Amino acid sequence: MDTPVINLPPADGNSRYRAGVMEYRKMGYWEPDYEPKITDVIACFRVTPQDGVDPIEASAAVAGESSTATWTVVWTDRLTACEKYRAKCFRVDPVPNAAGAYFAYIAYDLDLFEPGSIANLTASIIGNVFGFKPLKALRLEDMRLPVAYVKTFEGPSTGIVVERERLDKFGRPFLGATVKPKLGLSGRNYGRVVYEALKGGLDFTKDDENINSQPFMHWRDRFLYCMEAVNKAQAATGEVKGTYLNVTAGTMEEMYERAEFAKSLGSVIVMIDLIIGYTAIQSMSKWCRRNDMILHLHRAGHGTYTRQKSHGVSFRVIAKWMRLAGVDHIHAGTVVGKLEGDPKTTAGFYDILREDKLPMQLEHGIFFEQDWASTRKVLPVASGGIHLGQMHELLHLLKDDAVLQFGGGTIGHPMGIAAGATANRVALEAMVLARNEGRDIMKEGPEILNAAGKWCLPLRQALDTWGDVTFNYASTDTPDFVPSATPAY
Amino acid sequence: MRITQGCFSFLPDLTDAQISKQIQYCLDQGWAVSFEYTDDPHPRNTYWEMWGHPMFDIRDAKAVMGELAECRRMHGDMYIRLCAFDSTHTWESLRISFVVQRPAQEPGFMLARHEKGGRNIGYETRAYVMEKPAGTRYS
Repeated sequence: MDTPVINLPPADGNSRYRAGVMEYRKMGYWEPDYEPKITDVIACFRVTPQDGVDPIEASAAVAGESSTATWTVVWTDRLTACEKYRAKCFRVDPVPNAAGAYFAYIAYDLDLFEPGSIANLTASIIGNVFGFKPLKALRLEDMRLPVAYVKTFEGPSTGIVVERERLDKFGRPFLGATVKPKLGLSGRNYGRVVYEALKGGLDFTKDDENINSQPFMHWRDRFLYCMEAVNKAQAATGEVKGTYLNVTAGTMEEMYERAEFAKSLGSVIVMIDLIIGYTAIQSMSKWCRRNDMILHLHRAGHGTYTRQKSHGVSFRVIAKWMRLAGVDHIHAGTVVGKLEGDPKTTAGFYDILREDKLPMQLEHGIFFEQDWASTRKVLPVASGGIHLGQMHELLHLLKDDAVLQFGGGTIGHPMGIAAGATANRVALEAMVLARNEGRDIMKEGPEILNAAGKWCLPLRQALDTWGDVTFNYASTDTPDFVPSATPAY
Repeated sequence: MRITQGCFSFLPDLTDAQISKQIQYCLDQGWAVSFEYTDDPHPRNTYWEMWGHPMFDIRDAKAVMGELAECRRMHGDMYIRLCAFDSTHTWESLRISFVVQRPAQEPGFMLARHEKGGRNIGYETRAYVMEKPAGTRYS
């Protein structure tokens, strides 16, 4: 697409450094001829300028404010290789079907960023600029992370392949459930849910994001009872089992203490919440790497800045940052469940987490090619209002490398938690078997489930209870480049 | 009890026709199929005995089923699992694994608890059959 405004020549020599205020585009933050280097970090922002603000100037301002600029000219620039350090906006396109909004492409030199630090990357890219007055709204849509930068991070401590090897589970999605009710159970009652669900056939159970250490259940009680449940279920089934022990706490020291206790009890996995912050996440990843532990991340809080298309940070960017930061699991949407999730946008998230090389795919919201250079893969977790009546859709949309978490759909089973777990596992295995046999599961899914329900009573009862439940609401976070399955607002 | 390791343990034991279709699926993906057998059912017993190497060059499910028949003939009282290896860069591991034969009786596991300091308990999962020497555990 053409840029909407004619280019002005940048200021040069004395005029560039005369004291006073100058347009960002004249200060070198707009370079339409710039060819991004292979080592540049590139960001795509959705810029909505205030009325009357020129989109090129607004985009150049974003480049300036997210790199070297301040509001006025400073002579001290001339002591530095300032050309190199200036972020360069090199392309501005109008957003299709969205008057007043523009995609601004900005390139950042690799030297702007400390190696291996999400905190430093984000302090630049989303540090100040989101509150910048000349903009009505700003959203970070996507980033191209150069291999040179990717390689400064260790990435996931375990990764999909090693997690499967360690747990001896291949060929199908993992099955999990979040213990419900999320608040109020005593440690003893909580472990009961874990035991029943794991014995019944799940691979994992999970603490919820806000289960930490409350008056009704202190964290040590939860860990002790959960590990009794895990080991008992393991002996009852001959299968490796796990429960995500949430170690989220008020301080790093407290989190390390909880993680050490989980390790001493033999847990295979610990869990943290996104709200602990990027640095804490990286620290926990390094701890997990040292301690042979899988790290589950709940994306608690992300909806506050990922959901609306006009302002914030797209989840695809958060997914990239979290793969760098080194988590092994991350909640990434279900498409069919109760939480936000346009099918194509969600497919983009899953690709970012699981692929080694991604092509640009605008219809999935992927603005850039991305080479992960063998960084380990993150296992996406589908959780929130999904049930086994959707098994064919889940397997078709999300494929094998995901955790399907049926919380209510396990614990709410009319014949009990273990029956709910069995129903889910039978439904999943029957669907994988059928798919591998070449059957069209999107067409024959309900038939495949009903056939298995003939010999598996818990499955029959689950289908009778939830078979028809759907959550059909319009998505808000949809791709801009093709008509998507759900309308955008 | 029924050990539920592997991809399809919650389904009724697969028939040979069903196993053959899964093998064909693996071969169509370009994976190398192999069989492994054991009489040590511990969930962390990673290294079952190999029934030869993964069949890298066999592209025909029938030939693979022939190997399974031979493995069953030699180890009729043990667990046998199918493994399919994918050599694709960034995977280079198993893609699917499932049990294709299990012993008639599966006595299961005892969970031993070793009480330690505080309320900590050390857990040990021990298969009842492991009391017997290898080769005699399920016969």
